[in-house]
Amino acid sequence: MTQMNMVQAINDALRFEMQRDDRIVVLGEDVGKVGGVFRVTAGLYDEFGDDRVIDTPLSEGGIIGAAIGMALYGLKPVPEIQFSDFIFPAYDQIVSELAKFRYRSGGEFPCPMVIRTPVGGGIRGGHYHSQSPEAQFIHVAGLKVVCPATPADAKGLLLSALRDPDPVMFFEPKRIYRAAKGEVPEGDYTVPIGKANVARQGEHVTLVTWGAMLYESLDAANKVQAEGVNVEIIDLRTLWPLDIDTVVASVKKTGRVVVVHEAPKTCGLGGEIVALINEKAFLYLEAPPKRVCGFDTPFPYTLENEYLPLSHRIVPALLETARY
Amino acid sequence: MTTATIEEGATGTARREPDDALAADVVRVLAPDGTLVDNDAGVGDDEAVALYRAMVRTRLIDERAVMLQRQGRIGFHIGSLGEEATVIGTVHAMRESDWMFPCYREFGGALYRGMPLQRYFDNLYGNANDPAKGRQMPDHWTYRQAKVGSVSSPIGTQITQGVGFAWAARMRKDPLVAMVYFGDGATSSNEFHNGLNFAGVFKTPNVFVCRNNGWAISVPTERQTASATFAVKGIAYGIPGVRCDGNDIFAVVKTAREAVLRASRGEGPTLIEALTYRMSGHSTSDDASRYRPEEQMSAWTTLDPIHRLRRYLEARVGWTEGQQAAFEAEVAGELKLVIETAEKVTLPALETMFDDVYATLPWHLQEQRAELLAGPRAKGH
Repeated sequence: MTQMNMVQAINDALRFEMQRDDRIVVLGEDVGKVGGVFRVTAGLYDEFGDDRVIDTPLSEGGIIGAAIGMALYGLKPVPEIQFSDFIFPAYDQIVSELAKFRYRSGGEFPCPMVIRTPVGGGIRGGHYHSQSPEAQFIHVAGLKVVCPATPADAKGLLLSALRDPDPVMFFEPKRIYRAAKGEVPEGDYTVPIGKANVARQGEHVTLVTWGAMLYESLDAANKVQAEGVNVEIIDLRTLWPLDIDTVVASVKKTGRVVVVHEAPKTCGLGGEIVALINEKAFLYLEAPPKRVCGFDTPFPYTLENEYLPLSHRIVPALLETARY
Repeated sequence: MTTATIEEGATGTARREPDDALAADVVRVLAPDGTLVDNDAGVGDDEAVALYRAMVRTRLIDERAVMLQRQGRIGFHIGSLGEEATVIGTVHAMRESDWMFPCYREFGGALYRGMPLQRYFDNLYGNANDPAKGRQMPDHWTYRQAKVGSVSSPIGTQITQGVGFAWAARMRKDPLVAMVYFGDGATSSNEFHNGLNFAGVFKTPNVFVCRNNGWAISVPTERQTASATFAVKGIAYGIPGVRCDGNDIFAVVKTAREAVLRASRGEGPTLIEALTYRMSGHSTSDDASRYRPEEQMSAWTTLDPIHRLRRYLEARVGWTEGQQAAFEAEVAGELKLVIETAEKVTLPALETMFDDVYATLPWHLQEQRAELLAGPRAKGH
């Protein structure tokens, strides 16, 4: 075990797997010599050379389109999109091509790759360096969507994603790139895709969240504990296919649920989670499910801490749900 | 301070009139009257006959597919009527090891590279034997064994993919060349720019084949670009662009062979603009008479690639009316058989709808499959 932050853990996973599997190629804007604008790929260029750690032209469509071709050939590309806000020029390649390749070719052309991209607010990045577009990828059949909240999970999930036979969207919560620190197992370490983590045990309310909001949720849970409300927190880790069994088991135990996510409320993953709970645990519910989310506005700059579902917004939701 | 100069001929309109196909910079080997321009076809007599047969076969399949669509037996067809020399000639120039990244008009090329005719018709029918398992529209085929990519509808996406594929091959010291196909309309797409830009920067072993067939559905070439030609666009990417007479099979073979050779020698990609003409609607869903000047169509008919090669073969090897009729009968027999077979094959089973979304079926698709299989359509569809 080594103490690492999120950036170091992701870098460690990439280095480990690149040493193990020479089909892995990292490509993107500024990922090479400079090691990425967040330094996530630091040192890889020097170790693996410019054939495997590739600074590309400034074109997300080109990065993902070329990565698809590499995957069709049999490489394991790991494209980085510098901010998930800039992924949309590549949306056509991801939605129309990447996600459908295995299906549309009757299984002839699997297209495994891991698209790494920083996600979420909290770095004073305004509209275009702060958004959380995960639901826009979950809605596309054929993609898996992952968002770790701890350094150990970041490493373990990334190694699983790199060995997964399907394309994986790997969202990295940039707000906690350096703030989240923890023990990370050395060498080979995987966390299975599709398994949530119960980050906090509790009996009264289930809180489902992921990414950077895990820490806000933990903070809120500690605050309401003082008022006698005992919160169980599920860190989804894999957003799709999500770990429905863990969510439903917890809701059956508590009868109450709050979902917390940064993305806008309407048509966010929280809505889908609530619908699934209604389908699978309706008769266990003691209170209306509640969502604490980003608002349905573009992501604001100055007021970002009012927009985000931070602890001060989660606390009243937990109390209201617990006391309903 | 020097003034930037625009290379002469770099601006203007990429016209679609037949006289443009006859312009001086356009590579031509076989004149429209079927005579050789320089006494050298570059292609042997047996080879020329094989190319001719492939072109005729492609057209006969095309015509039959349109008929099947009109009869309501298949849902859709998009073909290559008039563009057979461009499709067959470029594929002919590829080596066994090379790969083809098609648009959606190159079924003739896929067949030429070994996709069985039966599989193609299984795709047109979307039946249980369709390699794409009935999941895509007709003419959106897949047949990996023939080293051909899978067809999709979005315009230009295959361009960057073909670049990534060739690039990956070079990283693995695999000496293949990837030939990428698209129409003139696709030169306006994001991925044309992305693909050619990446190919130029990384000097990937690609050949880009722009089938300039005059139309993108109803929009003529002069509405796609203000450049004088499509080939000239290569200059901005550091890629040589060359125009060839796309209705002259020998010119297409010659141009494509040079480009494949260049790529295979590590000298980088080439953009080929093949001047040809779409002698049909965009697809069976389109009626070209609503926008296409009749005189343009008739002018291009005189440049028909099949007629041109036939005239050459008649003079050169004494190709006869009898040989023509025998070959057409042979293809008709072949078509009769594959159509009968395709029509007898069942539709894909209901549960196959859920296969191949992922490598293994996640819980939500297991639930949805169970719902479908328990539903009212489970006993027959």
